[in-house]
Amino acid sequence: MPDTDPTQRSATISVLVENEAGVLARVIGLFSGRGYNIDSLTVAPVERDPDSTHSKSRITVVTSGTAMVIEQIKAQLDRLVPVYRVSDLSAEGPHLSRELALIKVIGTGTARQEALRLADAFRARVIDASTESFIFELTGATDKLDAFLDLMRPLGLAEVSRTGVAAIARGTRTI
Amino acid sequence: MDGSIMAPDIMKSGAEAVLRALKAQGVDVIFGYPGGAVLPLYDALFQQNAIRHILVRHEQAAVHAAEGYARSTGKVGVVLVTSGPGATNAVTGLVDALMDSIPIVCLSGQVPTHLIGNDAFQEADTTGITRPATKHNYLVKKSSDLARVVHEAFQVARTGRPGPVLIDLPKDILINPAPYCDPSTEPHRSYRPRTEPDPARIDAAIALLKRSERPIVYAGGGIINAGPEASKLLLEFVRLTGFPCTTTLMGLGAYPASDPQFLGMLGMHGTFEANLAMHGADVMLNLGARFDDRVTGRLNAFSPGSKKIHADIDPSSINKSVVVDVAIIGDAAAILRALITAWRADEVRQNREPLAKWWQQIDFWRSKNSMRFTQPRDPGSIIKPQYAIERLYKATRGQAKETYITTEVGQHQMWAAQHFKFDKPNRWMTSGGLGTMGYGLPAAMGVQVAHPDALVIDIAGEASILMNIQEMGTLAQYRLPVKIFILNNRYMGMVRQWQELLHGSRYSESYSEALPDFVKLAESFHGVGLRAEKIEDLDRVIAEMIAVDRPVIADICVDQLENVFPMIPSGAAHNEMLLGPEHKNEEGGYTGKSVTDEGLVLV
Repeated sequence: MPDTDPTQRSATISVLVENEAGVLARVIGLFSGRGYNIDSLTVAPVERDPDSTHSKSRITVVTSGTAMVIEQIKAQLDRLVPVYRVSDLSAEGPHLSRELALIKVIGTGTARQEALRLADAFRARVIDASTESFIFELTGATDKLDAFLDLMRPLGLAEVSRTGVAAIARGTRTI
Repeated sequence: MDGSIMAPDIMKSGAEAVLRALKAQGVDVIFGYPGGAVLPLYDALFQQNAIRHILVRHEQAAVHAAEGYARSTGKVGVVLVTSGPGATNAVTGLVDALMDSIPIVCLSGQVPTHLIGNDAFQEADTTGITRPATKHNYLVKKSSDLARVVHEAFQVARTGRPGPVLIDLPKDILINPAPYCDPSTEPHRSYRPRTEPDPARIDAAIALLKRSERPIVYAGGGIINAGPEASKLLLEFVRLTGFPCTTTLMGLGAYPASDPQFLGMLGMHGTFEANLAMHGADVMLNLGARFDDRVTGRLNAFSPGSKKIHADIDPSSINKSVVVDVAIIGDAAAILRALITAWRADEVRQNREPLAKWWQQIDFWRSKNSMRFTQPRDPGSIIKPQYAIERLYKATRGQAKETYITTEVGQHQMWAAQHFKFDKPNRWMTSGGLGTMGYGLPAAMGVQVAHPDALVIDIAGEASILMNIQEMGTLAQYRLPVKIFILNNRYMGMVRQWQELLHGSRYSESYSEALPDFVKLAESFHGVGLRAEKIEDLDRVIAEMIAVDRPVIADICVDQLENVFPMIPSGAAHNEMLLGPEHKNEEGGYTGKSVTDEGLVLV
């Protein structure tokens, strides 16, 4: 039973849906229509049925709210017709969250050297380089990406593209 | 599986495939309005006789009519509208059905698939617009999906928590040949609502209920949606337990109003006894209601001392606004059946002594007679609106015909809910959740189509009725003898009441200026117009209205300044209820006390 505890928590919710037109709009519309937050959203097809007429997509939403609100979000998502399963990974045991970022840093001289050195320390890969720029590819938890971006900011951070969070439960548990 | 190897029937047009699917779903009537994009469907309708089409005068009315049809029969109501404005006009009706959980399938036309997204003539993004207005919607882009989608739409509309489903049908899909298939016997891939309750939760509920000292049953529209069997089971359960029972606005008729264990409606304009019993209860059993803000009043003061059991078919209703102790997911009839069995099987004996004391307390509250009013009887006296409803109710009781009541929205709706008594489910059609003015006349139309021999009355206000007055034309065309009983106080009464209580009697834009002559208006639409201006006219007008076998508008001129009492002001708790001027000198009586600032922001 949830209580009326007002403390907010972050929740990583995975939703397995029928891969059909409009399904993402249904999910997003539900969040905006009911005033829930979306901190991050990721979606891609993950399963194709043997008959190949249907496939499933997995949506990962990072949201925040009180325990009561998060329970509501789950129930509201579950009630959408094309939704198969809803799982609050952050409440149902240990899980892993990863995000990928492509980061463009423009600069020359010592700033450029420092950027490359830090990238190495963070295990970011250089996937493109010119005499005045690098593009780094970095994978990790959201806070690791945030930390790296903070370091790049004074070194010529020019552009970022992030995927949003993909998450999965640890061990044998599946959605 | 023997059918799977057979080639499906190829229908010569998508429109024919749609009609065949509708017939397979048991559809006998459609409420609609034609237009360019749905011409193929209208052509197919023309060439058959199994499905009747009722031509409304506005698409909003088509949906309300289908709601009235659905609510009074338990079947799915079907609507057919064209693309663009046809679909956008239907939106209010769809949201109304969504809020009140009414099963509707709305077929909307769409521009041909190759024009979608081109800003074509009468194009609107109908699935986009109606996504939050429906339980689910579909855009059919392939002829091979057509029949399956129609069948699925009916399944989604009628099962689980019922609701409106829209199918957007591009014109080329309606014209091109399409395969037909019968409804699938396989369960839906992702949509599987739970109907059978968890026995452990039933036992937990019974454990609380058996030991309760001040119990209350709070039943809602979910009982009506679960079918007449659920109402019978509710009566059986309440009789078995000896508990008091109240219902929501949507639940009126789910429990017989004439039964002594019925406390009347609860909530903002509910009875004193129902609200105080909710406030003072130690165990509350909510069956198919959703703790609506019109019921709970101020949330942190709502039934503060009770253990709450909430039975609902929709898991998202649980803990949405009120945190409960035991949640039971399932169909109301299945839950009641399980509760009755478990109550009987449980060996703990119910202690009837505290229950008897509880009833003494309730009877004291009841003795306040919180809905009483004074009707001056001298000839020439102005009619009190409550009295008009009371007389209407008395007059209908003597009828051999079944009586069905619809309402518009406002003061008259509340007076109807308070003073008209319903002993059976499916006899009361009102817009509860959305509060749609203009609902009552088209809804009555739908009810009369479903029950041609019944007495169908739309209890209306003079402002609301004008919102869909064009449907008088539909009544005339199909000879639907709907009676429109207007409580005419020349104000948007509920707006006026709130302005009086909350806004210093500044009656901003709430006066019904330049009203039509309703008698002549009825006559111009081939109906009968009647008027009661004084108390001595009332019974005669009611009798004549009922006797006439044609559409009637009865214009009942009532006291302009009457307010709906009792009332829980916005932001107040159940035990802070205002009683009417009748109770001026009693504790809790109307003091003219204004609403708190906190309450002012609430609607």
